[in-house]
Amino acid sequence: MLHRGKALSAALLSTVFLSTLLPPGFASAQSDPIKVGFMTVRSGALSAGGRQMEEGLKLCVDQYGGKMAGRAIEVITADTAGQPAVTKTKAQELVERNGVDVLIGPLAAFEALAIDDYIRQAKIPTISPSAAAEDMTQRKPNPWFVRAVGTSAQPYHPFGEYAAKELGYKKIAVIADDFAFGHEIASGFQRTFEENGGKVVQKLWSPLNTPDYGSYISQIEPDVDAVFAAFAGGNGIKFLQQYNNYGMTTPVLGAMTTVDEGVLKSMGDEAVGVISAGWYSAANSNPGNKEFTEAVRKQYGADPGYYTVGAYMACQFLNNALEKVGGNVEDRDALMKALRSVSIDSGPYGKVSIDDLGQPVMDVTIRKVEKKDGRLQNVVVKTYPATSQFWTYDQKEFLAQPVYSRDYQPAKK
Amino acid sequence: MHFYVMQGLNGLALGALLFILSAGFSLIFGLMRVANLSHGAYFMLGAYVGLTCIDRGYGFWAGVLAGGATVALLGGLVERLILRRLAGRPLQQVLVTLGIAFIIADACIWLWTGDPRPVPVPSGFEGVFRFQGFVFPKYRLFVVAVACALGLALWLLMERTRLGAMIRAGVDDMDMARAMGIRTSVLFTVVFCLGAALAGAGGVLAGPILSVYPGLDSDMLPLALVVVILGGVGSLGGAFLGSFIIGFIYSYGQALLPDLAYVILFLPMVLVLTLRPRGLMGRRTV
Repeated sequence: MLHRGKALSAALLSTVFLSTLLPPGFASAQSDPIKVGFMTVRSGALSAGGRQMEEGLKLCVDQYGGKMAGRAIEVITADTAGQPAVTKTKAQELVERNGVDVLIGPLAAFEALAIDDYIRQAKIPTISPSAAAEDMTQRKPNPWFVRAVGTSAQPYHPFGEYAAKELGYKKIAVIADDFAFGHEIASGFQRTFEENGGKVVQKLWSPLNTPDYGSYISQIEPDVDAVFAAFAGGNGIKFLQQYNNYGMTTPVLGAMTTVDEGVLKSMGDEAVGVISAGWYSAANSNPGNKEFTEAVRKQYGADPGYYTVGAYMACQFLNNALEKVGGNVEDRDALMKALRSVSIDSGPYGKVSIDDLGQPVMDVTIRKVEKKDGRLQNVVVKTYPATSQFWTYDQKEFLAQPVYSRDYQPAKK
Repeated sequence: MHFYVMQGLNGLALGALLFILSAGFSLIFGLMRVANLSHGAYFMLGAYVGLTCIDRGYGFWAGVLAGGATVALLGGLVERLILRRLAGRPLQQVLVTLGIAFIIADACIWLWTGDPRPVPVPSGFEGVFRFQGFVFPKYRLFVVAVACALGLALWLLMERTRLGAMIRAGVDDMDMARAMGIRTSVLFTVVFCLGAALAGAGGVLAGPILSVYPGLDSDMLPLALVVVILGGVGSLGGAFLGSFIIGFIYSYGQALLPDLAYVILFLPMVLVLTLRPRGLMGRRTV
């Protein structure tokens, strides 16, 4: 024990000594690989999303031949099992034991919140490939955090307006997963839908592990124009099938994740006609996306969805920032600054830039599920270019209001 | 009126689903005094096997059989090779079943990716049944019928067959049954296989309603526990009654008191445990 302690302090001393003699970054820059700590989920209920994230990241790293800004990229993967406590341990392990230069991950918002303090304290640049919790780039921004996906509500501000103005819906019933993601989606939608003359007449919050949506479906008001169903993971499959089984014919509007490509491939005709909004659709025909979806289909035999594109873009953000700082990850402040000013002109998202809180400003598309080329696809029917997380609202006023929650504006009969 | 009838039907369908889920659990718990915590995993494994059968074009009913048979075989092996060695040590047995549940869950992700999958409604049961302005899915009515038939079949098995008599003797007094020459060792294996088969086949039957996804196992296990505790340990009649009580409470409760959606399934259990700890139909034995 003593020996090891001595050896350790000797090693520490020598590094301190060396680093004072040499210019910063000299010892490692341009020679050692850049270490990327990747937190994904390989076990448990969220593992399907975790696998898609891994596929997206791997594709991106491979496309760059394992090198960015002239330096080799070494990805160190950790399985968080989708549990916040494990996520925290893994983040610490990656940073302190593996000495990673940047983190990509984790998958779920509650995991990301669990490491929020640690990221600040360790000053480790973190790119979120999936977690969408609003406040992480709004009322509680983290200077070491940048997001490569939309916030929960980002696509639903335009969608609420679209439902009222272009679809002409007046009365809508909302059913959503009863957790922050569902609350935020539903609230964003309700806000603009009602500002444009619509009315949310009913709100049903179903627990995440609801065995049977039958008793919820039976409660839906018979005279609504449409049902807005905001589900994540496999719940969209369950809900749409049961909705269909109950012979319901009221049109369904969906969240991006209700009919995400990751689950859409398993769905049947019950999904056809569902209109949703999102910051990505595999069927978007912009050239950057065509290239991307073809590569994913070739490699993994399925359309990319939320998780695949999120991790792929997180990796593109990293590349974009690394180019700017010439591969010098040792200067973390500079790297973080570069990550916060990522600007990409062409790719799966089309054009994307970052606002001053670390949130992408990106195109939001309205998509409609259609059967094309023998498979279900989210065909783009309208694009809202360069959509901010604050939509058309004033940022200050937006942030002065409390974050979207279960209690946002009750339903009005 | 419409509301109460519709939610009543929903409650009936959910109750039926719960009975199909928990019958096997109750059977095993009753005889072997082992809370088989792999039950949810058996249920999920059965559903995946059934789905594979359907994918390969053998049809839904072959899927139900295959799901039941595969899980029965697995259950038999687990009982013979593992639980047997821990006879008389219920705590260890329960822990082992929990470990097996984790292994099955991870194996399912490995074998069937982890993508959530819907199970198609079998042909002939698609669509809805319409009557006087009420609309209800045909398949759910069928599930109610299956639950009732299953209840009846199990009742006949227990009350009218030699095997049933042996099981009942074992439930009441294991030592005495053994002394009377009942080969409890074989009996245990048979009952464990049967309980597992019910879980596996039940998973496929519930598939068109629940779909199959990683996490189905841990979503279902607490429900089986609630039903069995409410109904009374080892009482199939109790499990039947418990299933439907919970089905109704859930379906009315979450509609009338939406804020209680999380506890509504567990409230009746807490109440029963406080007022009548052996369950609604549990007998005062052991």
